[in-house]
This record gives sequence, C-alpha cells and structure tokens, in this order.
Amino acid sequence: MARPLIRLSRFNIASLALGLAFLYLPIVILVIYSFNASQLVTVWGGWSLRWYSEFFNDQAMLSAAAMSLRVAAVSATLATLLGTLAAVALARGERFKGRTLFSGMLYAPLVMPEVITGLSLLLLFVALGAERGFWTVTIAHTTLTMCFVTVIVQSRLSGVDRSLEEAAMDLGCDPVRAFVSVTLPLIAPAIVAGWMLAFTLSLDDLVIASFTTGPGSATLPIRIYSEVRLGVKPEINAICSLIVGSIAILIVAASLATKLSSARGQNAAPM
Amino acid sequence: MAEVNPTLTPDIDEVAGPLLRIETVTKRFGGFTAVDALSLDIKAGEFFALLGPSGCGKTTLLRMLAGFEAPDEGRILLGGEDIAPMLPHQRPVNMMFQNYALFPHLSVRDNIAFGIKRAGLPRREIMARVAEMLALVRLEGLEKRRPDELSGGQRQRVALARALARRPRVLLLDEPLAALDKKLRENTQRELLELQRRLGLTFIVVTHDQEEAMTLADRIGVMNAGKLEQVATPRHLYEQPASRWVAEFVGDINILEGNVDSRDDHRWTVSVANAGNVVVTAPREATDSATVCVGIRPEKIRLSRRGPADAGAMNRLNGIVASVGYLGGASVYTMSLDNGATLRASLANTARLDVDAYAVGERVVAWFAPDDCIVLGR
Repeated sequence: MARPLIRLSRFNIASLALGLAFLYLPIVILVIYSFNASQLVTVWGGWSLRWYSEFFNDQAMLSAAAMSLRVAAVSATLATLLGTLAAVALARGERFKGRTLFSGMLYAPLVMPEVITGLSLLLLFVALGAERGFWTVTIAHTTLTMCFVTVIVQSRLSGVDRSLEEAAMDLGCDPVRAFVSVTLPLIAPAIVAGWMLAFTLSLDDLVIASFTTGPGSATLPIRIYSEVRLGVKPEINAICSLIVGSIAILIVAASLATKLSSARGQNAAPM
Repeated sequence: MAEVNPTLTPDIDEVAGPLLRIETVTKRFGGFTAVDALSLDIKAGEFFALLGPSGCGKTTLLRMLAGFEAPDEGRILLGGEDIAPMLPHQRPVNMMFQNYALFPHLSVRDNIAFGIKRAGLPRREIMARVAEMLALVRLEGLEKRRPDELSGGQRQRVALARALARRPRVLLLDEPLAALDKKLRENTQRELLELQRRLGLTFIVVTHDQEEAMTLADRIGVMNAGKLEQVATPRHLYEQPASRWVAEFVGDINILEGNVDSRDDHRWTVSVANAGNVVVTAPREATDSATVCVGIRPEKIRLSRRGPADAGAMNRLNGIVASVGYLGGASVYTMSLDNGATLRASLANTARLDVDAYAVGERVVAWFAPDDCIVLGR
C-alpha cells in the first residue's frame, strides 16, 4: 500500500501552514495560556497548573460540567436510538408515500439556525407548561443531534447489501433476528460514530441550551459564557483546554469508527 | 413424434408425483405483471433451470419460492404443503444468492454454521456438519478466513456450503456462476452437477446463460414476459422448440417465412418468397394456417460447390457466400440466396489446413434434409 510521496512545493507548504495557523493558532494560544501562572490573561507569568486546580475546586463550574456531561450522555443515547430507527426506516422500509418529504424534514435541523430551533422549543415547553431544566435541555439536544446520527447511519446502511439480510432469513432467522445478527454488527461502527458526534454537539451547544434551560441547571457553555461577560479569568482557559482535549479525542475516535465501518462495507460489497 | 425426430429422448417419466408444484402463480409489481399465472411441476432429485432474458420474471419466481416475495395469486406446494404463506425462515428451502451474500463479519466456518445454529442443534453436531460441508466443497483449511480473504471461486463454494448445510429439500441458485470467469465457470459447472447427483437433491437454478442451462439441467423452463414458453429437456428445447420465440432465443436459427403449397402425410412443400421451395417433414401438431415459419439450425445446413450427387430428398438453395465468421472450432458462413434471403450455415473446421474453405463471393449450394426443418407458427 505504498503511496507515492507527493513533493510539496514551497507555495503549497506556505499555504498549508497559513491555513493550519488560521484554524489552530487561537486554540494553541488558549491551551498555552491555560498553563499561565499569572492572574492576568494577557500577561505571561511562567508555567503552572494553578488554573486547573482552581477549576477542580470551583463547585459551580464542576456542577455545570457534570450537568453538561449528563445532558450530552443522555441526549446522545436518545438521539442514537431515534436516529438509527429513522435511518433504518428510510433505508430499509418500503417506499412509503411522502418518503422524500420525510427524509427532507429529518435533515431540516442540520441547516436550521440554532436560534430558531431554540426559540421554537422554548415556546413548546412553555406552552406545555414543562418545568425547564435537565430534561428540557436533553430533549432539545436530542432534537438537534438526532438528524446527524440518521445521516451517518443511513449512509452506512445503504452500503450494506440488502441480500445479506435476506440470506440470514433464508438461513432461519426471522426478520428481527436477521437485522440484529447481520445488519447491526455491520452498522455498529456508524452507530458508535453517530453517538460520539451527538455527544460532542450536545457538549458544546450554547444557543439551544440557553433557550431551554431553567434556573439552577446551567450547562458548562452557559456557565463559561456568563463568567466571560464579567471578564476572562485564566481558569476559563483551563476549562476550555480540557473541553478541546476531550472533543479532539472523541472526534478522532468517531472518525476511526467510521473508517472501520467503511472498510467493512467494502468487504461487504460483492467481489 | 418418433417419425419427426427419432433420436429425441422423451421427458423424464411422470411416475413419481412432483416435489414442488407451482399452481397458477401470479405476481404483480404495481401495474407490471412479473409472473403471470404460471404453473410448473418439479420432480424430486431434478436439476431444473429457469432460462430467460432479463426482466422475464425468472428471478421473481425464484424469490417467491424462497419466500422473499409473496405471490398475489396461486399456490406453491412443496411435498403437498402450501408454502406460499410461510416466511423465508420457515421454509425447508435454501438459496444461493447471485453475489453470494456472504456475511463479511463472519469467518468461513461461522458463515456455514450460521443456518445450522438457528436450527438449534447441539454444538458437537454443528461442528461435525460444518466439517462435512467444508469437505464437500473442498475448502478444508480455510475455515478461519473472512470472505474478503477468499477468491471468487472459493466464495462461491462457501455460499454453496452455507446453503446446503441446512439440508434443504430444494436448493435455489440465482445465477450461481455469473460472477466467475469462463474457465472457472466450466469447472464449477461440472462440480455443481456432480454434487447434485451425489446428494440427490432438487436444484432449481435461474440463469440467462443458455449454455449453462443446457449443461446443468435435466429440464429447462424457458420464460418470457412472466410466462413459461416451454418446459423441456435441453435437447428437446433445441431441436423441437415450441414457438418461434423459443427457437430464436435458444441458439441460432434461420427462419424462412412462406406459404404451405402442398401437404401430404409426411411432407409439406413450403414456398418461400425470397428463397424458393422448401420441403419439410410434416409437424406433429399440424397447423391449418397457410403461412408458416420454417426454422433451420445453422449447423444442420451443409455447403458445397455443386450440391450433393443424390439430391432426391434434400432441399437445395443456391447463393453466394456473403461473409465468413471464423470461430475456431467452427466457421459461420452467411449466404446470400439468389432470391434474396440470408442463410447462416455453421461448418465444423475439421481440418487444420482447410484449403477447401469457401471464400466470400463464391457460388455455393446450401442443402439440408426435410427432417432438419422445424415448422413453427408465425
């Protein structure tokens, strides 16, 4: 699998460096300044882990982080369940009437401005008289992230040969069993990738969360945002570095899972 | 019949009742009728081929036998029991899929064991059955491989072993050899046939490849537009096609359209406008229609420069060679008859240095026996 190395011209190297710098320099600076010993955000005072320990002693921040993780975990799980079911219905169901409309509607949250999604959900919760807090944020995030899961799982499903399920039925499986024993293992990496993406999206959402949350249940982004309005403390840098780190890990894992899934998909293709 | 074609073997005798009986089965997709009131009996131990052009409904019929499609009308009786309402996993029938549909996440062993595990056999028996199947298709030593680590021929054998492992009463094969290259296909045909004879199983194969159908099958059902045009042994199908469509679909044939001039008990004289008079043996089912088609297979026609010495019973048509197609074992001479018709004659290249071959533009006589003419309706 030796791929010929492409020799990069100076121009290519320069544009690559500039592009990467544009994307990642702010984050790199943020991470470096999170290890700053100084009180002031903009003044370098030597290396220190002071702000990390400060964060781990900040009860308000910690509870906001815990809230965010809980919301992300629950909403990602719900979104994965619903999104996978929708993907199966769209990719495997009979060609029911209004299918195109349905799949179009499913993807609407992908392009819908978050302000609108947030506002409409807020109006819904108010109309229903629901007490706003953990569950309203979780439901809102499920709405937001479910379509991402559907897109990932559906594209994977369409790559799985239909006759594999038929073969399983032919060999003695009822339709449910055929799905569980053949299709599910083949799309599992896509489901895992979908869950991780949903988790990440939920973790860093500010807009929808601020619309749908209630008193005493601020998520981490809301908490950070309100702190920043009073002036940036270096502690925020530390928190943000932790978030960047964990999201980077999740995204790498998700893309590895997708790769694994498509590699299997190629094997599934005939010849 | 015996007089018309004395060498034809009769169809397999009808002593034993059919294992599988398809009774006026119809399947529609929207406004399109894929299978149209089709009836067919298949005997136990038979190798049956469904042959037809793409879109003729042969695959739909096979999928109805497997249970992936439900017939709109009609019954499918297996050993007297109607299996049409049964789901695929309830039928004692297994299928080998066209692209093999091997489970990519399972090893060869687990692929083969998949169906037997569902049958709830004890573990020891499952392993014994898998070993037996591996030996049957000669794949010992490959049981730990994944399907993507196998060659095309090996995958085909895994698919076969997996379908046979449940010991089905009928094995359905959807274009079983279409994905293999020509040389491998010929070997695999032989193996498949040998396997079927050894196991004494009933095989139903769907194919669009007539050579494959002829090589493999005891009987062939030719399908067109959702209906069976003819069900017969390969030889019968080729030498005694039931209709012009079958005659033209199976193998190559020259068709001459003409009017019946005179009929007696054995011989008819057909006058063909663009060829001349052709004497044919009277068909078994005499048609009253004045206009008929006369079919002559290219290999039944002989060519010579002057015609046979004793041409009493022979048809002779004069013309010139328009083109020569060299195929190796045989050459196909396309002849332009003096009256305008075109005739193809296939001659075996029996000598390596054929100095006597006919050249393009040469005058030749095509001659053939009345017995070799097939009289077909229009």
